[in-house]
Amino acid sequence: MMGKKTLTFMLMDAPFENARTTTALRLIDIAARRGYDINVFAYEGAVYMPLAAQAKHANAVHGHDAAQEDHPLPREWVEAVMQETARNGGKFDWVNCGLCVDERGAAEAIPGVRRGSPADFWKMAGASDNVLVIPTK
Amino acid sequence: MADYILIESRDPFESAEVGSFLDLADGLAKEGSAVTLFLVQNAVMAARHGAHVNFPDNSHVRSLAALAANGVKVLADSFSLQERGISPNRLIAGITVAPLSAVIDHMAAGRKALWH
Repeated sequence: MMGKKTLTFMLMDAPFENARTTTALRLIDIAARRGYDINVFAYEGAVYMPLAAQAKHANAVHGHDAAQEDHPLPREWVEAVMQETARNGGKFDWVNCGLCVDERGAAEAIPGVRRGSPADFWKMAGASDNVLVIPTK
Repeated sequence: MADYILIESRDPFESAEVGSFLDLADGLAKEGSAVTLFLVQNAVMAARHGAHVNFPDNSHVRSLAALAANGVKVLADSFSLQERGISPNRLIAGITVAPLSAVIDHMAAGRKALWH
């Protein structure tokens, strides 16, 4: 394995809508398992990904209650990659774009998420070995 | 000269922009860069044996086989293939099945990474 790296990802998609969210978290998870330092700058709808208010729900069509439905929540995936990074000795920094948060009323995020601006993305990119921007369609 | 990992996520039968991205891969390779094109999500639909990304309305799109023949390393995400029921044994010649970790490998190696 190569030495420790720092990778930065910019995400823009809102959760629950597109496979890009899943692929982005798969990529981040791979980096987390390697113990890399990971930065994420969430822009536009992506600030909803770590929204603390996300809740599992029942599925009346299938006759499932919330526990049986076990609906996946992106905030849990975000929390999981944060924990995986820490387990493997990496650092994880998730910054939500503050203006995007205000526009969407998405201020209540899970622990470990901080508020910032595109200037933070610039700093992250400058301090990283590589950067991947995953834009919306 | 920089080397590249280009990540294509869209189906060329759905998005005409894919052609421009494949042209970019071809152009970078011709200029001497090492170029890997990683197909993920619906982009793997074009990797199926018998699929023609340059037919009939995508005449400007370079076929994936031609890209591979011209020196672009074309990889298809194993998970995306499995999700769509595409057998790894039924891909266009020159396309190799790879895990998503190949993208992180290339990023860690310092290749410029572009997503479409």
